[in-house]
Amino acid sequence: MMEPVEFFLNGKPVKVTADGKRKLLWVLRTDLGLTGTKYGCGEGMCGACTVLVDGKAVRSCQIPVSEARGKKILTIEGLARNGKLHPLQKAFLERGAFQCGYCTPGMIVNAYGLLLDNPEPTEKEIIEAMDDNLCRCGAHVRIVQAIGIAAAELKKTGGRT
Amino acid sequence: MKEQNDRKDVARLSRREFLKAAGGGLIVLFSWQSLPAQEGRPRAAAEVPDNFNAFLSIQADGRVKLFTGKIEMGQGIVTSLAQMLAEELEVELEAIDMVMGDTDLCPFDNGTFGSLSTRFFGVPMRQAAAEARGVLLQMAAARLGVPAEQLIVKSGTVMDKENTGHRVTYADMVRGRKIEKRLSPKPPVKSAAALSIIGKSPLRKDGIEKVTGKALYAGDIRLPGMLYAKILRPPAHGARLKQVDVSPVKSNPEAQVVREGDFVAVLHSQPDAAEKALSMIKAQWDVPLDHRNPATIYDHLLKVAPEGDIVSQGGDMGKGEMEASTIHEGTYYDHYMAHAPVEPHTATVRIAGGRVTVWPSSQRPFAAKEEVAQALSLSVDKVHVVSPFVGGGFGGKSPNRQVVEAARLAKLTGKPVQVQWSRAEEFFYDTFRPAAIVKIRSGTDGRGKAVFWDYDAYFCGPRGAEQFYTIPNHREVSRGPYNGVPGAHPFGTGPWRAPGANINAFARESQLDSMAAKAGVDPLQFRLKHLDDPRLLKVLKAAAEKFGWKGLPLPSGRGQGIACAVDAGARVATIAEVEVDKESGKVRVLRLVHAQDMGLVINPEGARMQMEGGLTMGLGYALMEEVRFDGGRILDVNFDTYEIPRFSWLPRIDTILIDNPDVGAQGGGEPPIICVGASIGNAIFDRTGARLFDLPMSPERVKKALAKAFQMKS
Repeated sequence: MMEPVEFFLNGKPVKVTADGKRKLLWVLRTDLGLTGTKYGCGEGMCGACTVLVDGKAVRSCQIPVSEARGKKILTIEGLARNGKLHPLQKAFLERGAFQCGYCTPGMIVNAYGLLLDNPEPTEKEIIEAMDDNLCRCGAHVRIVQAIGIAAAELKKTGGRT
Repeated sequence: MKEQNDRKDVARLSRREFLKAAGGGLIVLFSWQSLPAQEGRPRAAAEVPDNFNAFLSIQADGRVKLFTGKIEMGQGIVTSLAQMLAEELEVELEAIDMVMGDTDLCPFDNGTFGSLSTRFFGVPMRQAAAEARGVLLQMAAARLGVPAEQLIVKSGTVMDKENTGHRVTYADMVRGRKIEKRLSPKPPVKSAAALSIIGKSPLRKDGIEKVTGKALYAGDIRLPGMLYAKILRPPAHGARLKQVDVSPVKSNPEAQVVREGDFVAVLHSQPDAAEKALSMIKAQWDVPLDHRNPATIYDHLLKVAPEGDIVSQGGDMGKGEMEASTIHEGTYYDHYMAHAPVEPHTATVRIAGGRVTVWPSSQRPFAAKEEVAQALSLSVDKVHVVSPFVGGGFGGKSPNRQVVEAARLAKLTGKPVQVQWSRAEEFFYDTFRPAAIVKIRSGTDGRGKAVFWDYDAYFCGPRGAEQFYTIPNHREVSRGPYNGVPGAHPFGTGPWRAPGANINAFARESQLDSMAAKAGVDPLQFRLKHLDDPRLLKVLKAAAEKFGWKGLPLPSGRGQGIACAVDAGARVATIAEVEVDKESGKVRVLRLVHAQDMGLVINPEGARMQMEGGLTMGLGYALMEEVRFDGGRILDVNFDTYEIPRFSWLPRIDTILIDNPDVGAQGGGEPPIICVGASIGNAIFDRTGARLFDLPMSPERVKKALAKAFQMKS
């Protein structure tokens, strides 16, 4: 059933009219034109479509858009502010924590959710939190390092996560 | 022959179009033909038109464009090729714009695979850049009234070294002019000692786009009026459509159904709506009986295997047999494996004004161009392929099936169309790494010296079968290529990161380990004793030193395994340390040490990323990855049953990069993966005394091998 759904997307209010059962991933990518969030498996098994819903990392291919109503959605496009990369993005860039880059938005957003929850994760906690995000190129070692670097940077600067 | 001629037309046309489009500046064309014959040079290179292969142009604004038919799929050539160009041209890396895989702008290229880009494209590109610099120096000498020998170049500015204020920029010299000039004799490229950009690790040129979500992949292209297509798929390979009822879709006026024979698709302005509409279609299929399954496939493959070709041979096998006091026999099996890139096959196609524009996820944009032209009965010059970033390839995006599907649908609907395969479609139409068999019979004499080696590789191709150990009597035969022969496999197979080399390395290095164990010799010493390649000796020693290898006869109970290989011009050695849970059969890799000599290293961090990536990806084929099938049915549809490596699998990884500028740049993206299986298999043997003969070494197989080893002992 077509219904209006309003939510906050990367800090700005948006309104879409859509079948409320449609998955958030497709509404983001098609109706709202934000293609940074990727399709990888459609079953919540790869994490390429990860977004934050009210600060929690969620697989956007699994949640209906109606569940976004009134909530704060953050996608990869919302991380850099005023042209300045978020410390996580900077650490991924400088550490070379990506290859093909297709899983990268999901990795960064999932890590962002982790740091909101746990600003000083141990390596073990990073691995546990990232374990359901798949990367085929094998950038894992550097992704773990980059998240650690970003966490340290955020602590040092007292910066936002 | 016609195809050859067409290709030449394409090349000529692009050249003319390019020169026209370039407008002004300095342009250098170069060709594959200037390449020296090199180890591992692919036959494909001979198919490339001989006139030229790629362009660089220096624009009037001082920016430099590099046009290459290669594509970026994560391997990092968007940065490393730019480094090579900046080095020889003496410009800043930031001044270089990469134009990759655009079939209108870049001349023909056979595809991005085989660890060829740096080895074979890089060589003439550096040469071309050196030539361009030579031309610019001549022009500057005339302009400044100073002999060329007295000039130096820095960041695109030529200056008199006696009076550095006396200067002229590349941009000033090319502005308003059109220069297409060649030098004879060709100026040399820089010596290894003079390099300043090559050998450094600048940030990746694709980095900002990739960490901000701005990088565009084929599925991110949005065109006005574009429809997303979902295609009706058979339940099994070889199935024929018996009956189809599309009428339920008619209840959705926004969905469009098209049909051409067995090709049935639903299109909609939203991809999820197209998928939903497709699920309403009722289809019946004739599925042919096919008795090939994981239990029968190997007998079948041995039955249909072709005669084969000798890969290498030497000595006298009869003499070797006579000298042998111990005979070793091993049969090794590779199972079907998926490429499983996180980005599934995708293509976006627009037909407008008689021209077709294609944005594919493809390792072979020029092949896509020809395939689309053929499918739509158009001449090739009507098709323009633009290459967005590719979300992982590993050989799986060499075939362009999805591109042809999108092109047909764009023609049938008259609208721009995007096809993105679902994960299930990706598993179904993947051209898998093939099931393959390697049989080895080998012998050692009373002093533990290998005296003969008889090697038959079925359906994996020859890569990695060639003998590099000093075994006096040997014969290596390759029976059947990795892409199969008609009737061999129930579905498509094809190249998978270092095709053939993984199973050949697994078989060879496992067999060698068995020989060392029987001889009571430390497996590292056994290898060193049978090698005379100084580069290979060096990587083995470097890996052993880093690892802290202590020579003990096998099995030592420690869980340490070593393997080495020659691949794509590189030399590699990998050492693994494992822990084996004897109850569950689960293997945990604790540590991987990998040493690699890939010749001249263009970008050390980029090379290490490839090494870490190959080692991590290799854990999958070593331990878990195997496509389950029943005849033409593919039983794995997603990542729940087809498990690929994840964070929790990570061992401690150490990479050792041996810079060896004397041999030029060699392959770097494939070689690091090929010893992962063998080193782990050998480590399992060292830990438990159980030898694994199958890839992957899944918990079930490890348990069986343990039980067998226990039986033999008691």
